Amino acid sequence: MNSQPAGDRSERLDGLNARARAMGQAWKPRLAVVADWMTTVDHKKIAILYFLSGMTFLLIAGMEGQLIRVQLAQSELRILDPNLYNQLFTMHGTTMVFFAGMPLIIAYFNFVVPLQIGARDVAFPRLNMFSWWLAVFGGLFLYASVPLGSMPDGGWFAYTPLTNREYSPGRGMDFYVLALLLAGVGTIAGGVNFVVTILNLRAPGMTFMRLPLFTWMALVVSILILLAFPPFTVGLLFLLFDRNFGTHFFDAAAGADPLLWQHLFWVFGHPEVYILVLPAFGIASEVIPTFSRKGLFGYPVVVFSGVLIAFLGFGVWAHHMFAVGMGPLANSVFAGATMLIAVPTGIKIFNWIATMWGGKLRFTTPMLWAIGLVSMFIIGGLSGVMHASPPTDLQQTDTYFIVAHFHYVLIGGLVFGLFAGLYYWFPKATGKMLSDKLGKWHFWLTLAAFNITFFPMHFSGLLGMPRRTFTYPSELGLDGFNLVSTIGAGLFTVAFVPLIVNLWKTLRNGEPAGANPWGAPTLEWSTGSPPPHYNFAVVPRVQRRDPLWHPWIRPEEEEAGDHEDAGPGGVEPRLQPEVAPEPVVMPSNSWWPMVMSIGMLIATVGGLGSLETTLVGAAITLVGLFGWAFEPAFRDGAGHL
Amino acid sequence: MSELAPVTGIRNRKLAMWTFIGSECMLFATLISTYMVYRGRNLIGPYPHELLNVPFITVTTFVLLMSSLCMVLALAAMQQGNRRQARFRLFLTAALGLVFLVGQFYEFNHFHHEGLGLSRNLFSSTFYILTGTHGAHVLGGVIWLSTLFLRLGSGPIDAERIETVEIAGLYWHFVDAVWIILFTLIYLLA
Amino acid sequence: MAAGHEHASTRFYVAIAVILAVLTALEVMVFFIEALRPVLTPLLLIMMAAKFFLVAAFFMHLRFDGRLLNVVFAWGLVVATGITLALMAVFGRFS
Repeated sequence: MNSQPAGDRSERLDGLNARARAMGQAWKPRLAVVADWMTTVDHKKIAILYFLSGMTFLLIAGMEGQLIRVQLAQSELRILDPNLYNQLFTMHGTTMVFFAGMPLIIAYFNFVVPLQIGARDVAFPRLNMFSWWLAVFGGLFLYASVPLGSMPDGGWFAYTPLTNREYSPGRGMDFYVLALLLAGVGTIAGGVNFVVTILNLRAPGMTFMRLPLFTWMALVVSILILLAFPPFTVGLLFLLFDRNFGTHFFDAAAGADPLLWQHLFWVFGHPEVYILVLPAFGIASEVIPTFSRKGLFGYPVVVFSGVLIAFLGFGVWAHHMFAVGMGPLANSVFAGATMLIAVPTGIKIFNWIATMWGGKLRFTTPMLWAIGLVSMFIIGGLSGVMHASPPTDLQQTDTYFIVAHFHYVLIGGLVFGLFAGLYYWFPKATGKMLSDKLGKWHFWLTLAAFNITFFPMHFSGLLGMPRRTFTYPSELGLDGFNLVSTIGAGLFTVAFVPLIVNLWKTLRNGEPAGANPWGAPTLEWSTGSPPPHYNFAVVPRVQRRDPLWHPWIRPEEEEAGDHEDAGPGGVEPRLQPEVAPEPVVMPSNSWWPMVMSIGMLIATVGGLGSLETTLVGAAITLVGLFGWAFEPAFRDGAGHL
Repeated sequence: MSELAPVTGIRNRKLAMWTFIGSECMLFATLISTYMVYRGRNLIGPYPHELLNVPFITVTTFVLLMSSLCMVLALAAMQQGNRRQARFRLFLTAALGLVFLVGQFYEFNHFHHEGLGLSRNLFSSTFYILTGTHGAHVLGGVIWLSTLFLRLGSGPIDAERIETVEIAGLYWHFVDAVWIILFTLIYLLA
Repeated sequence: MAAGHEHASTRFYVAIAVILAVLTALEVMVFFIEALRPVLTPLLLIMMAAKFFLVAAFFMHLRFDGRLLNVVFAWGLVVATGITLALMAVFGRFS
């Protein structure tokens, strides 16, 4: 692009002219690369940006988790100040859910979905980049509270009245509210983008019942995002106004009920759990069939289970609140709905096992992670069904049993799924194979570390280890369990070493992957690794759920019905031609998403107490919006959102 | 590109607007839920029945309704390629939207003088945030429609532009439909 | 776009607007009539719903548009209504 201040300046300095120009020449391409990444609208590049930002926040939040474990290693330790402890567990949860988990799943959506449906990009490429900027700015804004010494300390759930101005007088919770409002706008935009992409950009013949499972889950999750984030946005708006403008939404003294926040939060928060875990299920449903050499068992049932979870997911939120005294009727209804939602989840597990049954299993690294996901998620699912029952939950609520449960779901489910996907699609994204040996070290170390950390928490929790409390008395007799958990947490950090070494070595000189290194059945494996900018030289025509496992069928044969073949074995996949037979027009890069996001960031900063700043930010946002609306998306003129 | 031939037969931008409207349903549902949950729990005055002026708000409701009619007629004019009529009707839509906003401003101002500041009580909190969010949507719509009106001064009336007006219209009618609900729940069922 | 529909005429849209205006007038009348107090709530809710669906079906063209758009809107509307009713129930507004 056209930002080369280094080049301009060099011309004014006569004496150093030649040398400076040489330097300018050296910098120009690098600046151009940076500018290209800042303005890109290519879903594959945006996926990489999402992945890098998500991983960065994952490591930061992981370190916060480590500090929590260090403080809890033994009873009555004073390594961390209690206030700092509150800030750390708040930041750990908030970061993991909103700035690590969400960006990482959206990174996978971005990379995989257009390729799986045979599209050349998402429906709204600039909106896509806008979502990323807001996700990053939201995270940066949240972490701006760290140097200011006022990290949020009211928990990622931010229960009122604890988070009202009266009980949280610092700036911390304002950072939380504003950061999540900002990021939430981008998330909703992403939800719209993926719904339209999946519904509209499917290649010819890609009917709903031929849609790969990962894409199905991306659709379901996008719908969940669209319906779950608005209630949260409204709740945050109430909290913002209560804290800063004297309204009374959560003020019991004015006749309000602070419990309303918990309801609004969990109306969002429970679907959010499915938002995080369903993509991991989608990844497992891609990986397990590929390495079993067998189509997914009961595909329609798995699809409908996903859709059912998305629907029922909105009717179970109050099971997070059994202890607040909603009364027996409400408790029973929500307990029943919660037990019901375990059914479609269980169905998926049986389908994965049935897929492996009788298959030609290959225990590659992605397959190990996927199997790890299935087994670890069963543990998390079972403890979940336990506290679906209110009397049991009353014993377990606010103890480490709950902490164990949701880490089995979110690490055993989500993180294992993300790693399965990383090893599975990394060759597609980079064209290079990750080392299987190092990958297996990574898997086994993580599996061990994860269980050593979190399994003892079931016991310490049932024995009364309280959550969200910076220490515990030695009389509880929980020092042993806690020490084991802390040692496991340390090992967890070590488990990342093989991954980092693997990524480093592979990116420098990894083995070339080829188009379809795993012999996988879906469309993303029919194009180059890495795929060309336009993904597909020829828009594919889809006739099967597993197109690359079947020989091409001509339309007349399809109609005649005589297309029975040898089944999924050793058929040569149909590859895309190297060069597009006709010119492909791709949308051009754009600065406007960045301009608009910066405007929104400035407006958000103003939310900390400066109306002028907010107005300036709003003005920049408006300029960005108009610049965006009037900019042709394609160089040849046709505009779109 | 694939933009030209979506599988579903509904073009991307229109589908996006409908998807967004689906999401907006949840936004307003949450605001409305809060209003309904807190209705009648106000501890100090002024109370809703002392302030809400049904005849006045009926007039602004009617204005918003008429703006919806202008909007749908503006789209019809676009489809017939009648630039003058389309522009006039778009202008009228935006102007009526503005009248509604002025009405809302007058109402807020009046309530404020009657002692109902934003932070006065539970009613003020829920009322101002709910109707204020709706008002912000109307304001966004007025800006959008004004832009369309100005841009329509030149250039061809092609399928792309007709679609743009159609999408702005979807947004506008949705905001009107939300007001239909708010009018009944806030003012008539008080 | 769904095939075979020409967007309805000006007269048609004016007719819909007249119905909407009449319904609004009826709502306000019902509001002021003492005798209707006991049935006020259901009456108003029915008229509100009728107006809402008239706008969605005709001004927003859902009546003429693809089934998919109806599904998209209905999904949002059903979940939204469900959550509203559930929240009101949880806070004892129906008892």
